[in-house]
Amino acid sequence: MGKAKRIEKIKCIRCPLGCTLKIKISEDGIEIEGNRCPRGVEFAMQELKDPMRILTTSVKVVGGKLPLVSVKTSGTVPRSKIHDLMGHIKKIKIRAPIKIGDVIEKNILGLGVDLVATRDCDER
Amino acid sequence: MLVVGAGAAGMAAAKGASEKGAHVLLVDNEEWIGGILQQCIHNGFGVHRYKKELTGPEFAAELKSEIPSDVEVKTGTFAHEIVPNEKRAILVSREGIEEVSYESLVYATGARERTFQSLMVPGTRPAGIYTAGQAQRLINIEGYLPGKRALVLGSGDVGLIMARRMYLEGMEVVGVVERLPYPGGLRRNVKQCLEDFDIPLYLSHTVIRVEGYPRLEKVIVAKVDGNFRPIPGTEREFHVDTLVVSVGLIPVKKLVADFVKVRSGVLVSSSGQTSVDSIFAAGNVTTIFDLVDYVAKEGEKAGRSAALLAKGEFRGERLPIRKGKGVKILHPEWYDPSVPLSVYLRVEKPMEKALIRVGKYEIEAEDLTPAEMVNVDVEPPCESEVSVSVTEV
Ligand SMILES: Cc1cc2nc3c(=O)[nH]c(=O)nc-3n(C[C@H](O)[C@H](O)[C@H](O)COP(=O)(O)OP(=O)(O)OC[C@H]3O[C@@H](n4cnc5c(N)ncnc54)[C@H](O)[C@@H]3O)c2cc1C
Repeated sequence: MGKAKRIEKIKCIRCPLGCTLKIKISEDGIEIEGNRCPRGVEFAMQELKDPMRILTTSVKVVGGKLPLVSVKTSGTVPRSKIHDLMGHIKKIKIRAPIKIGDVIEKNILGLGVDLVATRDCDER
Repeated sequence: MLVVGAGAAGMAAAKGASEKGAHVLLVDNEEWIGGILQQCIHNGFGVHRYKKELTGPEFAAELKSEIPSDVEVKTGTFAHEIVPNEKRAILVSREGIEEVSYESLVYATGARERTFQSLMVPGTRPAGIYTAGQAQRLINIEGYLPGKRALVLGSGDVGLIMARRMYLEGMEVVGVVERLPYPGGLRRNVKQCLEDFDIPLYLSHTVIRVEGYPRLEKVIVAKVDGNFRPIPGTEREFHVDTLVVSVGLIPVKKLVADFVKVRSGVLVSSSGQTSVDSIFAAGNVTTIFDLVDYVAKEGEKAGRSAALLAKGEFRGERLPIRKGKGVKILHPEWYDPSVPLSVYLRVEKPMEKALIRVGKYEIEAEDLTPAEMVNVDVEPPCESEVSVSVTEV
């Protein structure tokens, strides 16, 4: 067991349990403690490389009972791309009716994930 | 059976009751069912119940799909009065006033936000001060931004999530102010809502003055001592047009507070029964839950118990649960030996490793903070009194 060079504590955000992960970085590699499920290890490795997040926001609706419909990315996107995504999503307008799960834009900004509706919106 | 409020608690209660054979009427004053979930468009819901991470509206849709079709749902319908000794309720909707009678009732009206006015902060009373829920509704449902530059008071989950939401929508968020020495919300939210976007968190600080009229112009913040008293000389000014206040939720217990036992919320047993036999309660009206999964679980249980009572198959006992050392908030108030016991608690202070005792059971836990509610499920302890305590080890 090599000497730990650096110990970092981060919060796993894969679920609301929010385990505190202890990441020990040493000559022998990276060791992770404190996770209550395998997703914690995955999360910690990804955080070290390039943090990924699910983006949730809303999109303007034309002709709907509600002025907006809530949306999310179907998978995680690099945190560094969130600004570009928000700028792009602001310009989108979609026509009602919309069903929960409808794909609003495929492969958004080429990130390999779709923008999907998270709520129904009926026609006015 | 009547269920008042169709948030997560009420929907789950309707499901539980209907599955036990009750004829259920579910009412909500909003035009949709789902309650607060519909404006919580972020993800983080349903990890326990559905084993996947959903947004608020998606959780509401999943739960709605579980409600059997024989449940009668009335939206736009406000419960105006409950008359417990005659077992009837007065409902108001666009169609007019209607009286319904019930065998048993589940009260699931949720919580409302504490307002800025109630904090008695000196200064003007300008436009631009919102509760987090009002700001959330404006942005997520109605499609307006509350202003251009905002400060958030209160670091509970609602405050943290709104800080991120406003930031992502292009507002400048100059910080989150919290009077406690630790954040009020889940730590994952501190990370993904503030740290991710370099939004500063001012712990042990509070708002001492607001200025500007008719619109907010300035908020003055100071450091506080251990008794939350502002420390002179530590003041700093924030030039903002928006102050979002997220300083706690208060259970909406008005309709029943005159005849059931209440403290901050409506007191219930582990089967959801209040101090009045035919009235049950669940969700944020009983205690403020962090996770909707817990709300749904308790709602379903209350619905089942209420249905059994309506059929004459429910005894309903209320044995005391005593709050022992280390516990700040404890739920439920009583335990009913006929059902497994789910205890929800908040610890008094942060603890790295702890031993939780529930009657004769001992459970090890790690990493506890007052901000995060702990749920412990045990078999019925079958003791005449259960005591719950937490000790650091
Ligand atoms: C901003 C925010 C973020 C959250 N984030 C998360 C999260 O990430 N993960 C998670 O698991 N949980 C989260 N929660 C917690 C969770 O959403 C709530 O605990 C849960 O939804 C509360 O459900 P409820 O049924 O008790 O109350 P509510 O949803 O408030 O429902 C009560 C309903 O009763 C109705 N009502 C009230 N009075 C009457 C009356 N007299 N007549 C008729 N109807 C009435 C109201 O209109 C409302 O629809 C969050 C909560 C908030 C506020």
